[in-house]
Amino acid sequence: MASTNGHNTDSQVTFLEAIKQAMYEEMERDPSVVLIGEDVGVYGGAFKTSEGLLEKFGWERVIDTPISESAIIGAACGMSYVGLRPICEMQFIDFIVCAFNQITNFVAKGHYLWNAPAPIVVRGPSGGGVHGGPFHSANPEMYFVHTPGLKVIYPSTPYDAKGLLKAAVRDNNPVLFFEHKYLYRRIKEEIPAGDYTVPIGKAAVRREGKHLTILSYAAMMHNSLEAADALAKENIEAEVIDLRTLLPLDEETILKSVKKTNRVLVVHEDTKTGGIAGEIAAILCEKAFSDLDGPILRVTALDTPVPYSPPLEQHFLPNTQKVIATAKELARY
Amino acid sequence: MNKELTRQQYLDLYYYMRLNRAVEDTMVKLFRQNKIVGGLYSSLGQEAISVGTAYALEKKDWLAPMIRNIGALLVKGVPARDIFTQHMAKYTSPTLGKDGTSHFGDLEKLHIVSPISMLGDLIPVMAGVAIGSRYLGQKIVTMTWIGDGGSSTGVFHEGLNFAATQKAPFVLILENNQWAYSTPVRRQVPLENLADRAKAYGIQSYIVDGNDVVAVYVTAKEAVDRARNGEGPILIEAKSFRRMGHAQHDPAEYVPKEQRAYWESRDPIALYEKFLSGEKLLDDKSKKEVESKIDALLAKDRDFAENSPMPPPELAEKGVYCTGDDCHKIRPKWERPLAEVTPPKSSIAAVWTVEGFGAGKGSGGKNAPIHFGDTAETAPAVSPPEAEEEAIEEKLAPRTPVKVVAKKSPGRNGKNGASTRSSKSVGGKSAAKSVKPAAKSSAGANGKSSDARRAPAGKARR
Repeated sequence: MASTNGHNTDSQVTFLEAIKQAMYEEMERDPSVVLIGEDVGVYGGAFKTSEGLLEKFGWERVIDTPISESAIIGAACGMSYVGLRPICEMQFIDFIVCAFNQITNFVAKGHYLWNAPAPIVVRGPSGGGVHGGPFHSANPEMYFVHTPGLKVIYPSTPYDAKGLLKAAVRDNNPVLFFEHKYLYRRIKEEIPAGDYTVPIGKAAVRREGKHLTILSYAAMMHNSLEAADALAKENIEAEVIDLRTLLPLDEETILKSVKKTNRVLVVHEDTKTGGIAGEIAAILCEKAFSDLDGPILRVTALDTPVPYSPPLEQHFLPNTQKVIATAKELARY
Repeated sequence: MNKELTRQQYLDLYYYMRLNRAVEDTMVKLFRQNKIVGGLYSSLGQEAISVGTAYALEKKDWLAPMIRNIGALLVKGVPARDIFTQHMAKYTSPTLGKDGTSHFGDLEKLHIVSPISMLGDLIPVMAGVAIGSRYLGQKIVTMTWIGDGGSSTGVFHEGLNFAATQKAPFVLILENNQWAYSTPVRRQVPLENLADRAKAYGIQSYIVDGNDVVAVYVTAKEAVDRARNGEGPILIEAKSFRRMGHAQHDPAEYVPKEQRAYWESRDPIALYEKFLSGEKLLDDKSKKEVESKIDALLAKDRDFAENSPMPPPELAEKGVYCTGDDCHKIRPKWERPLAEVTPPKSSIAAVWTVEGFGAGKGSGGKNAPIHFGDTAETAPAVSPPEAEEEAIEEKLAPRTPVKVVAKKSPGRNGKNGASTRSSKSVGGKSAAKSVKPAAKSSAGANGKSSDARRAPAGKARR
């Protein structure tokens, strides 16, 4: 059950609870950590990820703002210049683009240009599958993966969400942290009671296999694992890797797996053109061309906005069946 | 307020204005010799604004310059050579050649935030520095500048509105130099006075003659003091004129000759020299001394910059990320007990009250608290007494400030489009407590030092 203080007596925690715990514990550990965003205080956040934080840490540390994403990011950036570590919440991650300039030009370039680190975290609910429509379902991660100076995290499990969010808060760089809202209440996992972090920039091998490598992240991780189970019944052993961090990308883990399986399928919920799959394909062509026995294939969303009506959205999104079919096609090489 | 400046202060203002102009004159020469790699932006004729406003800050305060605020950087303690090396893209520059112009900062010692070229973005950032420092218990004020053009950006609004909701100790100088590149202010903003924008945010504002350095300083000092005392952000519109083009490449032929001539006759340094001689604070001898001091300093700094190496090409690859403590030890400087910001002291009930809401029979005539979600039942037992809770809420969720803007109308548009004839009008706080014109202010329009034109103050506008 949800609690207001961020701690949970249930050893099984949801993705959402993991986020809440991470923020609570970081704020408790370090008074330089503050939370700033729309409706994060009294209301506890649109998804209740910050529920209880205001009561515990007060108005100065849990800041409800006007509907002004640029001001949220800008102010957080300024706060970080005096040594604070603000966590910014975008009510829905779709709205992060309202602060695009602040993030890509101010926050991301500061360390490179004038030696000014901006240790801020920008987090928020992302992704589709919940009928949020075209403005509440986005996966805008690649706008930012294209921006040197940022780190981009997109976890798939409660354990990782908590550990990576803590690592993000402690990182000296601006970190964008995407939380797939489909996962918020749908998955549960046992996580350790004590403090732990998960390193940024490290992928995780979720399932070992030898016939092909499936690279994925966030909600599609779970579809990929489901697909791998189904494939195993047909004697296709897929190795499934959770990228976890998109920037910096863990090339080492990817290359190691490709050396073993010689076939690569990238699965993401983001749209196809300009998605991380294209970048991964380029890296593999540069660094592992001779290891490849077949083409690098992609299962992604369509190159359209996210449509609202359930049959349209389902058609738009990648799913387990598409992963299975594409994996089989790849396994034939 | 508004007491006379000390002799040293008067002379400091003079020195920095001369230094500001000399630095820029030197850079014009360097530009013509092709020694400046990128663009060169001039603040010719606007030096009184940069110098007068920045001079009102204390050492611990923070500022962020815009492109025409080299004077503010000099006042804050940036050596001229940093400005030369920046423009010349040298390895010895504060950004090691990674950026040019006034795009550099210093978080540790001078407390300067580097600007970016997108206008208005500094406003929420400096509001953030202000509330962050307040949270740490530091009594600092932050300041940045924006042009008439930049005041039309969305982030100007977001930033100033946010600063106002937070009552951030933040002073924004709106330099109305009447031209945004080639577009006159009339085509950008349908307002006589851009300070009127302050009303939309419920914050205080002033209008000042930007060519009168004493008036600028006195106004800025008052604003900085008020911001430091918790009155919230303050907007100062300084009216002036951009005498050069947008940058060196721009001959600015779109500017009417009469307008240019008018403002050239009101050169802020010439006006101030006249004032200083009248007050017997400056004579030919002391003027010469200032000049030779600056000449010697700049010759040295210019030599340094010219003889500095360009950066090694591989440097381009470095420094995108902070690598951790070995790179930057990020530690806030607390000036208040940490117990104040950690539980249980920080704990409060997450309840929202709105003045007048529910103030009927059902709530016993009191404001009804608004509980959201589960928070009503789960409000922790550690809630402080109501009085304290209210005090916290009052402080952190401020309502619209009660006082309204001191607002004056310093001048009308001349028919040639030249606005602002006013001299050293210094904004008053309120009608009741009117502020004297900048005492011993420098010569304003027509050189008369006593014709301060004051606006009717705040309440006239309500």
